Amino acid sequence: MHTYVYRLNVLLTEAITLLALMCAIASLSDKLNVASPSADIQVLHINWFHKQRNGNDEVSLTMNVSADLKSTFTWNTKQVFVFLAAEYETEKNYLNQISLWDAIIPSKEQAKFSYHTINKYRFTDQGNSLRGKKYNLTLHWHVMPKTGKMFSDRIVTTGHSLPEEYI
Amino acid sequence: MDWQGQKLSEQLMQIMLLAFAVGAFATGYVIGSFQMMMLIYAGGVVLTTLITVPNWPFYNRHQLNWLDPSEAEKHPKPQVQQHISSSSKKKSSKK
Repeated sequence: MHTYVYRLNVLLTEAITLLALMCAIASLSDKLNVASPSADIQVLHINWFHKQRNGNDEVSLTMNVSADLKSTFTWNTKQVFVFLAAEYETEKNYLNQISLWDAIIPSKEQAKFSYHTINKYRFTDQGNSLRGKKYNLTLHWHVMPKTGKMFSDRIVTTGHSLPEEYI
Repeated sequence: MDWQGQKLSEQLMQIMLLAFAVGAFATGYVIGSFQMMMLIYAGGVVLTTLITVPNWPFYNRHQLNWLDPSEAEKHPKPQVQQHISSSSKKKSSKK
């Protein structure tokens, strides 16, 4: 500690070590947060439902996605990434998950939303087994922290099914 | 800086950094603002740097008393006999 360079070195090392500790504890504090989110997804209309030229089924839906994800935000949250996935079973695959829509929620105030939208991404099957198919619409979200571990969770809404014949 | 000053500087540095880290975290957590925590901590680090790094006069209060040169000459250092040996490479030069 006899020169100022030595003292500066010690100070910076200690300061950065303490900063790392603060960030680790901040991330741990996220576990204390008990989230109580809610979501409601309705399929309002099926715009088209046909077989593409390559033989795969395709559906276009108009949906109303509303959710309240305010309680998932903590002081250590940068943003919440939310996406809607259609999940169903076919003979070929035990689980098919297709992302239909996603959004980034940058702040707590915008976490209660209601979107009336058509699916952002194509709902296409591997094959042509969508006629009369029962599927779940699941809202997934990833809580992205400012520092530390990312948490993710989901809400499943069941009871949706596609028509028996192409439209 | 003298020895006591260095010890004081190190203690001040550790206590101040720890205090600012704890204070910044507590304040940030209670308010719910990550940015506030970072700002308070950054301010604390700058303040600690200003207090502990430069060679302030209050770190030099316990001066080291070096031996006066005239006093040193009165007590000459003992000379160790140099062993001149062709086989041994070890120089016994203990002063």
